[in-house]
Amino acid sequence: MAMNAEPKMPTEGCSHGGCDATPGSDPTGDKPLGGVKLSRREFAKSTALIAAAITAAGCGTSALETFKQTRLREMSHDELKAFLVKLEKRYEARFGTHVDVRATPHAEGVKFAYALDLSRCIGCRRCVHACVKENNQSRPNPEGTHNNPIQWIKVLEMDKEKGIDLNEAEPYYNPAEVPREGKFYMPVACQQCENSACTKACPVQATWKEPDGMVVIDYDWCIGCRYCMIACPYGTRRFNWGEPHLPKDQLNTNTHVLGNRPREKGVVEKCTFCIQRVREGRYPACVEICPVGARKFGNLMDPKSEIRAVLETKRVYILKEDLNTQPKFFYFFGV
Amino acid sequence: MDLRTLVLQPTTRTAGRKLLLDAAVALAAGVLAYGCATQAKKAAIDEPDPIHTTAAKLPPAELGLPPNPIKYNDDKGETFAVPKPPISDDYWPCTQCHDNSSPVDRTRRVLKEEHTKIILEHDAEHRWCLDCHDAMNRDFLHLASGVTITFDESYKLCGQCHGDKYRDWRVGVHGKRTGEWNGKKQYLLCVHCHNPHSPHFKPLKPEAPPLRPTLYR
Ligand code: HEC
Ligand code: HEC
Ligand code: HEC
Ligand code: HEC
Repeated sequence: MAMNAEPKMPTEGCSHGGCDATPGSDPTGDKPLGGVKLSRREFAKSTALIAAAITAAGCGTSALETFKQTRLREMSHDELKAFLVKLEKRYEARFGTHVDVRATPHAEGVKFAYALDLSRCIGCRRCVHACVKENNQSRPNPEGTHNNPIQWIKVLEMDKEKGIDLNEAEPYYNPAEVPREGKFYMPVACQQCENSACTKACPVQATWKEPDGMVVIDYDWCIGCRYCMIACPYGTRRFNWGEPHLPKDQLNTNTHVLGNRPREKGVVEKCTFCIQRVREGRYPACVEICPVGARKFGNLMDPKSEIRAVLETKRVYILKEDLNTQPKFFYFFGV
Repeated sequence: MDLRTLVLQPTTRTAGRKLLLDAAVALAAGVLAYGCATQAKKAAIDEPDPIHTTAAKLPPAELGLPPNPIKYNDDKGETFAVPKPPISDDYWPCTQCHDNSSPVDRTRRVLKEEHTKIILEHDAEHRWCLDCHDAMNRDFLHLASGVTITFDESYKLCGQCHGDKYRDWRVGVHGKRTGEWNGKKQYLLCVHCHNPHSPHFKPLKPEAPPLRPTLYR
């Protein structure tokens, strides 16, 4: 590995995740993605440019190989732009249809947070399936060599009498109707920790926290070691054990480079608060679908946001507070 | 690595009870819930609201609502943009039948001719249809004060008795707002989720559970 200059390995800082846990202690810190919005014309232009560049260099390197040399957040504006074009080509070849890949950057003065009303949630799993569709998660494929279904949200059924007890939680409940008598439901997905254990565990800094709060993954830099999954106290990261099964007709072609763009076998993925939607002003898909209005999302810095209203008027809970992970995902009882 | 280990393995049993730092910061910057609501209210009135503006421009029939001259005349002046009320099309307008040609029958009774599916399970001992529906013009509801309101303001009716829920609803904590998290919002009416005649939220069929790892490994 040391001989190999080209994908750069980190040479300093914590690479094993166990040491000094102050936020931002990893060598690349939380340097955000540069951010690019391609207009159609720019897209066409840069396609031509890339094509010209490749011809000029006379090299036939695949998009993947070329890209592998730079990590997403170290790319200059132009590199990122070119990379998006390559990605779109890659997906065009894979799916036979155009996939729009954007890199909408974070906005200043925005810190996203989420709150979930446990006294409303009825465990209907509409959110789970809306999330799968929106975020291009791998579907079940019984015929495949390795069935690799992925769901970012897991809804746990628990006894009202016992309270929140993750050891006794049931994710496979399937009655004719929900809610069941005496039960309550707790959906769990990435908690978007401010002091995230997963990002510190990553030996290649392929995962980091963006300034607006989401913990994201560079799918092309991820080496699939799954240290982050072990570090995460909430069990909310997912791994593509097999080739993702994503039929063309179920593809969401509206994607963000750090979010729902289609993944490959061998990489980790997880909830990003629907980065492709929220960076463009929309609510996450799970918030939109929730039939009981249990899911609240917004900007912590905005006094008019739902999230602030929750924090100011309700008692909120976070999972495993003693670990000091500082989730930006709150649970509350709206009653 | 076994997929089964992805199931939550907690190290503690319960969630913590205090706000984390961030929340505290947000709070410190804080506006009281009420102040917050007041601001939301102001915004709803001051800014031109595309949802409402388009609604206002449409001919009333298209929205399924009658023109309402007293719409903004309630004492609080709180009006929110909402989607079309979920009234069945063939019943609208109500005045196609309720044309005041026969006297109003205010007696509590089992309805036999029409609306037979409506069973009042909402504090029924104390309430009858015309406590909410306007007797003289069925295209309107009315508040306890006698002020009539349109069906797209039915939250005001509910808010009379469920003030706590109404306050939460205005700031987006109870119920649901759609639109943009940093921009224009639409409020689902209480009656989009609660049948006003039988308001308990109805159970739903859950969507498919996840596959058990043992079934696909
Ligand atoms: C097809 C004609 C028709 C339409 C349309 C209609 N109603 Fe009625 N409604 C009736 C009749 C007939 C009765 C009396 C039923 C009985 O006494 O058994 C009635 C009774 C009622 C009552 C019970 C109180 C009373 O006056 O007896 C209410 C309240 C009411 N209607 C509201 C509405 C509302 C609100 C709408 C519009 C959403 C509506 N109706 C539309 C025919 C209609
Ligand atoms: C708690 C107040 C309340 C009471 C009491 C009440 N209603 Fe209603 N009713 C409403 C509201 C609010 C709506 C509007 C729902 C909507 O926007 O879709 C409504 C809607 C209706 C409709 C239209 C339904 C449809 O499917 O389109 C009819 C008809 C009606 N009510 C009849 C009655 C009758 C008859 C009674 C008495 C048995 C009654 N209501 C009692 C509040 C009330
Ligand atoms: C005049 C007072 C009054 C008005 C107006 C009123 N309610 Fe109620 N509501 C009550 C009372 C009292 C109860 C509790 C008794 C009951 O459940 O029957 C109740 C109960 C409820 C419940 C709880 C039902 C359950 O079993 O979980 C809901 C939800 C509700 N109302 C929604 C509404 C909505 C939506 C409206 C507006 C269309 C509304 N209410 C208007 C008095 C009112
Ligand atoms: C997005 C759907 C949604 C909207 C909109 C909504 N509610 Fe609810 N509401 C719920 C659910 C879900 C529950 C919990 C289930 C239940 O008790 O019926 C609930 C519970 C309630 C209860 C009973 C609370 C208790 O103590 O059990 C009341 C009262 C109520 N809502 C009133 C309102 C009023 C008033 C409005 C409008 C201002 C409103 N709701 C808007 C979904 C909604």
